[in-house]
Parts: sequence; C-alpha cells; structure tokens
Amino acid sequence: MKYLDEYRQSDGIQKIAAEIHRITTSPWTLMEVCGGQTHAIVRNRLDQLLPKELELVHGPGCPVCVTPLEMLDRAIAVARLPEVIFCSFGDMLRVPGSEHDLLTVKAAGGDIRIVYSPLQAVQIAEQNPTKEIVFFAVGFETTAAANAMAASLAKTKALGNFSMLVSQFLVTPAIESICSAPDSRVQGFLAAGHVCSITGYERYLPLAEKYRIPIVITGFEPLDILEGILMCVDQLEQGACQVQNQYRRAVERVGNRQAQDLIQSVFRISTQHWRGVGSIPQSGLSFNDEFASLDATVKFDINNIKTTERHDCMSGDIMLGHKKPKDCPHFGKECRPEQPLGAPMVSSEGACSAYYRYSQQERSNEHPVPATLKN
Amino acid sequence: MNIQCPLPSRTEQTIKLGHGSGGEMTQHLLTNHIQPFFNNSWISQAYDSATLPWDSDRLVFTTDSFVITPLFFPGGNIGELAVYGTVNDLAMAGAEAKFLSCGLILEEGLPMATLEQVLASMAEAARKTGVELVTGDTKVVERGKGDGIYINTSGVGVLQGNQPINPSRIRSGDLILLSGDIGRHGISVMANRKGLKFESSLTSDCAPLNGAVAKLLRGGVEIHCLRDLTRGGLATALVELAESCNRGLVLEESSIPVSEAVQGACEILGLDPLYVANEGRFVAFIPEKSSRLATSILRNTEVGSSCEIIGHVGSEGHAQVILRNDLGCDRLLQRLPGEQLPRIC
Amino acid sequence: MCLGVPGLIEDIIGNSPLERTGKVRFGGIAREINLSLVPDAQVGDYVIVHVGIAISQIKEAEAEQVFHYLEALEVPENRRDDEVPR
Repeated sequence: MKYLDEYRQSDGIQKIAAEIHRITTSPWTLMEVCGGQTHAIVRNRLDQLLPKELELVHGPGCPVCVTPLEMLDRAIAVARLPEVIFCSFGDMLRVPGSEHDLLTVKAAGGDIRIVYSPLQAVQIAEQNPTKEIVFFAVGFETTAAANAMAASLAKTKALGNFSMLVSQFLVTPAIESICSAPDSRVQGFLAAGHVCSITGYERYLPLAEKYRIPIVITGFEPLDILEGILMCVDQLEQGACQVQNQYRRAVERVGNRQAQDLIQSVFRISTQHWRGVGSIPQSGLSFNDEFASLDATVKFDINNIKTTERHDCMSGDIMLGHKKPKDCPHFGKECRPEQPLGAPMVSSEGACSAYYRYSQQERSNEHPVPATLKN
Repeated sequence: MNIQCPLPSRTEQTIKLGHGSGGEMTQHLLTNHIQPFFNNSWISQAYDSATLPWDSDRLVFTTDSFVITPLFFPGGNIGELAVYGTVNDLAMAGAEAKFLSCGLILEEGLPMATLEQVLASMAEAARKTGVELVTGDTKVVERGKGDGIYINTSGVGVLQGNQPINPSRIRSGDLILLSGDIGRHGISVMANRKGLKFESSLTSDCAPLNGAVAKLLRGGVEIHCLRDLTRGGLATALVELAESCNRGLVLEESSIPVSEAVQGACEILGLDPLYVANEGRFVAFIPEKSSRLATSILRNTEVGSSCEIIGHVGSEGHAQVILRNDLGCDRLLQRLPGEQLPRIC
Repeated sequence: MCLGVPGLIEDIIGNSPLERTGKVRFGGIAREINLSLVPDAQVGDYVIVHVGIAISQIKEAEAEQVFHYLEALEVPENRRDDEVPR
C-alpha cells in the first residue's frame, strides 16, 4: 500500500538506525507519547535496532487505557438498559470496570455493537427510531473530530434517540503535566502525529522552550519512528530544544482548521480524570451548552454510580514513563490480555499488552537455521 | 500527581464470545472446564481428530460445529464450510474422509429456500470431496434463539499413509510449509457484516484440503504433521503445535503471503493477519529433504498455488513461535487472547 | 493511539455539509469515507483516514523527503554490520 509499504522497507530503516548509532554519544530517555507508536515499536522490535544508551519510555497515549473507571461503570450501566443499543469501538469492550466489562454485559443480553466509525452509530440511530442509541465517544483530539462530527450530524438530523458518553482527552496538557513533574526522566518527546494532524503543533512551541525539551512530531511507520528518534537524539546531542515535524506529509503547523472549528462548535475544554494518572486541568472535552442534550450521563441519570478502584497495579507509573511493564509483579501472571487487571493490558495499544504480546524472552539463537534457508 | 490503577480481580463466571475464538480463552475452556469430564487417551492428545483402535488403528473420527453470520459470504456459505471443515480435520490426520453425519439446528422463521440452498451446497461439497452424508438429525429452536442455521458434522475416515501424521512427529530441522495466503476467510466474512461496508473482490479461502494432502502423500512426500488454520489464525495454530511438539518454531515474516485486500482491511481495522481466521489453508511440517518435492506438488493444486516455506522447526525445548522480520528483529507470537476486536487507536 | 491509514480517493460521492463523502481505496479494499474535513482533497489524492473520516490530505512532496535524505545518507565507512544489535 502506497505511503505504508515504503516506510516499512528494511534498507532505509537500517540506514537510519545506523545514523542514530553514529550520532549517539550519551544516554538519553525519550518518550513516545502515542500508543500507536508503542505498538509499532514493540511489534517491529525497533528497540532492538537502537543503541543501548537510548531508552524509550511509553506515554499515556491510549484513550482506552486512560478512560476513567466511573466512565466505564456508567457505560456498563447504560448498556444494560433494555431500550439501549450501545455502540463502541472494539477495544473498550474488554476494559474492566468495577465489577466486570462490557463483554460481560453483552454476554448477559445487552445489545452492544462494535462500530468502526462514530458515523455508524448515527446511522444505527436513524435506522432504529424506537431504540435509544448511545455511543461511547472515547478518544484524543484525532477522534474528537470524528465524535464532534457524529454529534453535529445527529443534531442536524434532529435524532432525539442518539446520545454520547463522552470520554475525550487532550494530549498537550498531558505532555505539559509530564514535563512539569519534578521526577520526570523524559528528555525528549516523540509527539503523536495524528493528534497533530488535527491540532497542529503551535502549542508545543512554548512547552519546548519552557522545559528545554525537544519535541518531534512523529508518524507511525517504522521509518517514521526511527527518523523521529534520530531528529530527537540529534537535538539532544546538540543541546537544542525545538519543535520539529518529522510527519510533514500529514501534519501542518496550524493543523486542520475545519476539524478544530468542528470540535469547538460541539465541545468545551474541561478538567479530565486520566485513569491511573489522575486529574489534569483543561485536559478533556465535554459537550458545550448547545449540545448538552446529547450527553448520555444526563439523559440516563448515571452520574451517581459507585465505583471501587483498587490500588495494586502500577499503570500510572507505566503511563508516565517511571516504570516499564516488566517491572510490574502482576505482568504476564495474574494480568494477561485475556484477563486484564489494568487497562494498559487491554487495549492493543496499551504498553503492557504490547509488551506481553510481542516481547517475552527470546531465545531464537537456540533454533539454528537449516542450510536450505540460509541463502 | 496521584498514581493509582484499576485492578479488579476477575474470574469467568459465564461463557463469553472469546471462549469460541480459538485462542487462549478457548484453550482455557477446554483444558479446565471440558476435558476433565471426558478424560481418556484420545481426548488428552487434544488433536482435531482421534485415531481409533479399529481396523489396525486406521479409523479416524472427528466432529465440528458451524455457527457463522452471515450464512452466505463471498466464496462460500455455511453448508460448504460444514462439509469442508470436517473433511479437512480428517485430512489433517492424513485420513481420507468416508462418511459424514449432519446435525441441523434451524431457527423458526428460516426461509425454506435458504435451507435448501445451504443443503444443495452441502451435497455439492460432499460430491466434490468424495464423502457420503449418511445420517443426520434436525431440531428447530424458537425465533431469536439461533442465527438461522447451525450445523454440526461428524466424520469418519481412513488413514492413508503408513506413518501417523501428528504433532508428536515434528522434528527439529523440519520446514514449515504454508499452503497459501492467509486471512481471506475472516476478512471476507467481516467485510459482509453489517456496518463495515467494505468493497472488495476478496473471497473466502473456504476449500477442501483432502485432495492436496492426498497428492502430497501419493507423491511420496514425508509429512510429519499437518494443521488446518481456522479460528485464531496462523499464529494460534503454530503456538499450539510448538507446545505439542515442545520445540521452537522460527518464521520469516516476509515469506508469509498476505493479499492486498486482507492487508488493507487489517490496516484500517487494526487487526493482525496472523490472527485472522482461514477455512482452506494449512501448514505442513516436512523434513528438509522432502520440501522441494512438497512445494512443487502443492503449487500445482488449486488450494496450494501460492504456497510458501515460511520457517523451520528449531531445537527441542523453548516451545515458542518466533517471527523474524525483515530487519532481523524477532518477536514472539502468542495465542489469540480472546476475540480479535477491531481497534480505533 | 489514533490509527490512521492512508487511502486513495477514487470517487467523490456526496457533497452536502458534514457529509462530503468519497470512495477511498486501501490496498485491495475500498470503503465510503467522510471527506468533510479535507475540503480540498480531490479524486487521485491520498488522505489519512481515522475511524471512517479523512483527517489530513497527504502532501506528496513532503512524503518523498525522507527518501531523498536516505539517498544522501551514505553508510559511514567505519560502520560494521555487527554494530547494529539484533
């Protein structure tokens, strides 16, 4: 596929890896903010190509992982209602709530449908006028545009049976929060390319300057990620702290104005709780007054659900880059993708899940290659 | 900043869809909840079919159930699947299918024409694979309690070669031959489910495998083990085999054929083709000396025209599957955990 | 996060506000995609699609940059193969 395959060719990747080796003289700790990048790094084992001095830590960039427990419990409560068709992205179904997950509600007869796009949920609402359709609008800025479009369309079409459970996060305040943490180890950021397609990157300029930290807007294919690392290390080695754009083919400095206008017309900025991380001011989106009627938490009276969060998992440490999944005593034992204890083990973009699936101990050297396969 | 994380304890109290995905959850259901009730030497081997002490140990018996929506998909339907699935399970033990049974569970309200269309496909599939459908049973459930038609088929067959074909015969140094590109069935079924609305010319790989296996055996290929790839995809099947034979398997990622349509669909849904279902693909474990012969025979069959050698069997112990990419980096493959859910992010 | 996949616009189907749609090809499959957020994108252009909505039009010239850079990047002579750990 054009614009994918050529960024996965090994020659180019090896060349850039060699260049990273060439210029790296000191140990550096970089954070890739986005779970999609974590996924690509671990899946392709790009970490094996990097100098030992470089450490990659994984950021909070997975909206499925950071959706607060109370939101999940609300989703579970709504999805149980007999009049409701509950629409969600696939990843959310396995995330554990206080007692169980959405898959359990589905097994008990709840009408839960996996959608590929929020627009499908709007269509389902049009096709089922006697049912209440609730869409679980989870996401960062990238998905906010799509979610805002669904809300706008539903309003234009005057669909009284459509509402959304909104769990929207803004990435820039989270990055700022990591930068400002006194114990942060992160020395450079690979910022999430697709978020920046929407937001642009002007807001990163004061951050880079204030915290003296390089920020490189980075794409998602192996070549993109290695180039992003190279740009970041190059800055660190030279003592620079600029915002650079590796993902120029898809990201402009000002972002996507249409998308920004659409998001602003539907949502307002609010304080958001990030599961495992805590509350971050101005890091979330909720409906503005004009769209308040689409808010499922109001429509279904589910604001007072009791939640019980346990405290013996370290996903917060992992999502802030303090620890790695393998530092967790539960990793791969009680906590596994088919029975996740914490959200990062659920989503395929969660750092724990990515580690579990792709990087358990390797022993390939113990499996010699037969003569015919060596060319 | 406050650091905390959710950690509710969870044990499965009910059956979930993931228990039928063919992956880790299915394995758990079989090992912990089903097999203990029926413990005997055949069940404990956990193969797809049982070779029975009858006719000099040449009698092979298997069963399979088919629950698929939609009933008709590009390249096949539930009737064909029900015949090929059981015939293929027998073929994977090196047995030629002889007789099938057919259990139908029909949902109230199913159009008679649909039933007849499915049965006609079953009859045609039976003719094509040379089996007789000799006994059956029909039940009807209330509307809303089934997806139109569920089918169970059981089959008996007779071993062909002189040597058994099963995971215990896999040897270090064997090559792993994959019969064709992967993921067509899962993606073509998904493409036709409501909502996804893909447009493609992709058809399911649903096909009988007994002909190709017979040709390999008759051609003198020494086959150590065969496995058809169904739910859970290539990765899950190989992980199970690695554990059964207690050896490491090493795959070359670039040698695994994936069609453009499957790649495109997997990209936009965030799925991994290694875990997508197949219905007419298999892997064969073959000693190196037989590999050239096997490839040339298989390339001349309908189901094996795009076959490739995708890897080899490593040394004993360390029962794991390693996927080596173009960069020379390795990753470990696991069973599919539950269902493979499309991801947005 | 935010799975975004490049696809080729093959046809523009709808043009009403919020519902500008087109047929977009991803390798061997195509799907109807909302193009409202990329108003300048036309048939023959590539767009990045996230959850059924095009969020960005791919700039071809920028996409080539890394390959020009790679051409210019000569493998340093002192680099041996074993310097890249596997």
